[in-house]
Amino acid sequence: MADNTPAGSTTDGAIQVGGPRQPIDARVSAPASYDVADFPVPHGREEEWRFTPLERLRGLHDGTAVADGGVKVEVEAPEGVTVETVGRDDARLGRAGKPVDRVAAQAYSSFEKASVVSVPKETVLTEPVRISVHGEGGVAFGHQVVEVGAFAEAVVVIDHTGDATLAANVEFLIGDGAKLTVVSVQDWDGTAVHAGQHTALVGRDASFKSVIVTFGGDLVRLHPRVVYGAPGGEAELYGLYFTDQGQHQEHRLFVDHDTPHCRSNVAYKGALQGKDAHAVWIGDVLIRAEAEGTDTYELNRNLVLTDGARVDSVPNLEIETGEIVGAGHASATGRFDDEQLFYLMARGIPADEARRLVVRGFFAELVQQIGIPDLEERLLAKIETELEASVA
Amino acid sequence: MATLEIHDLHVSVDAENGPREILRGVDLTVKQGETHAIMGPNGSGKSTLAYSLAGHPKYTITGGTVTLDGEDVLEMSVDERARAGVFLAMQYPVEVPGVSVSNFLRTSATAVRGEAPKLRTWVKEVKEAMQRLQMDPAFAERNVNEGFSGGEKKRHEILQLELLKPKIAILDETDSGLDVDALRIVSEGVNRVRETGEVGTLLITHYTRILRYIKPDFVHVFAGGKIVESGGAELADKLENEGYEAYVKGGVTA
Repeated sequence: MADNTPAGSTTDGAIQVGGPRQPIDARVSAPASYDVADFPVPHGREEEWRFTPLERLRGLHDGTAVADGGVKVEVEAPEGVTVETVGRDDARLGRAGKPVDRVAAQAYSSFEKASVVSVPKETVLTEPVRISVHGEGGVAFGHQVVEVGAFAEAVVVIDHTGDATLAANVEFLIGDGAKLTVVSVQDWDGTAVHAGQHTALVGRDASFKSVIVTFGGDLVRLHPRVVYGAPGGEAELYGLYFTDQGQHQEHRLFVDHDTPHCRSNVAYKGALQGKDAHAVWIGDVLIRAEAEGTDTYELNRNLVLTDGARVDSVPNLEIETGEIVGAGHASATGRFDDEQLFYLMARGIPADEARRLVVRGFFAELVQQIGIPDLEERLLAKIETELEASVA
Repeated sequence: MATLEIHDLHVSVDAENGPREILRGVDLTVKQGETHAIMGPNGSGKSTLAYSLAGHPKYTITGGTVTLDGEDVLEMSVDERARAGVFLAMQYPVEVPGVSVSNFLRTSATAVRGEAPKLRTWVKEVKEAMQRLQMDPAFAERNVNEGFSGGEKKRHEILQLELLKPKIAILDETDSGLDVDALRIVSEGVNRVRETGEVGTLLITHYTRILRYIKPDFVHVFAGGKIVESGGAELADKLENEGYEAYVKGGVTA
């Protein structure tokens, strides 16, 4: 797309090969932990908090937010799937990985009941599991586990709507040879605050596909993370965001290649419009010394439609072994390209329609990767709606 | 009969040290059915004329008039000019990622014709036009200009010319970067449109090579931001033999 960078954006990046530095994952202010007390209250200058407006987290980061039950969670699952509500001591909780920041740890320390969705081994679902999270103006801490047995195949759609102050983590446990696609849609009202960690533990020869779609919210800050439990695993992490005036939408990814012969592919695309629209994308990939045969690529593209928006896009790739198949990253932020607009208009197409064509085109390639037709249509329709608002 | 009239056109662009005048009083009338070749050295302002007529925002009109059948073209937005019948085949067509050629062509035809073309006849129309330009049918599913070779980009421009049927076609260095085969195919496309007698053609070129395939009725030499000499096809032969030196000397060129 356009290669000019708008004022007020950063596109830093780093490729670190070997060296004595701490690994990416340890570059945070406290080691990962289940206990919120192990994390100091952030003040905003920490590496992992420097882009986030803390004052808009409504106390999720400093212990002042108190749960009041104003968020409803409903799970609709096809036959063969087990849906349970369990206590904090259930052995299936916390297995994918520990919380990596204070808000995720606050969620883990504060939830009362967790939800566990289990797809038995060798079960191939033909319908998605639908998890609806609807905010009714309340504060909530949540925990969700999705467990997919060996050689099972499932699609899980998590829909976030309404208004809420929510800190919630989701764990995905993907058995050997299993395939899991998860679509998490943040279609919140403009006032919602949502932070959380999505951690996937990918089994031997298993496939995990994550699609994170963020349209709404006043502030959304998600950590999609992937860890491989055994060789041969594959992770595709896709994301799409449309950041409007005043919204803060932050996606912080981490792929931990700790196991040989695993693959990962990350592609996030965002469009921004309006004053103080702020999108943050952090893409950390670590290839540890033992992860020979790794193949990884990550990409972030941003399309800035109007003045006054800001993008921070930071890909980091750290490589501790040279015995890999491939590793790369790309990040670009561009303004809406006036030359494209001119070309389309010079063929008689009115400006607003030309703009729609370009933005739809920008996202279409990514949307087609989702592989769930009715969801693809819904997302394209949603993009249309966002654009109607911008060109009106 | 459609007529494009350019009168005393002055155009400038923003440069580092203020506006710089590129066009310095262009006068030209192009009528339906006529073909005018505009020839000139690099930097003479030929492309500026093309893009100014199409309405590119980079160029500021500082004086003069342009009318199409009496209507003020300079008052129209870029898309209005296209719908009024002005077509610019660009020297460097722009990539539009994620937008397929077939979607683009249909959207464009719908806008220019004022209604969506009937699907069945449209598919046939596009297919036949592509065949005439020796374009692979798979081309329609590719993204607009993305990864196109130089020859493919120019064929795609002429495909649009054939489908949109403008009153005035401005071809900006359509011959540049083409090998002999591609030049022939593209020129034949232009000639098919010309033979309808319904289009006035403004053929902008640096070289005389394309004039072996597309015979102009008038040749104009462009230098220093205006037309400095006009004549018939024989003027092109003179340029072929003598080059632009006579026009560049004396600092006429900007």
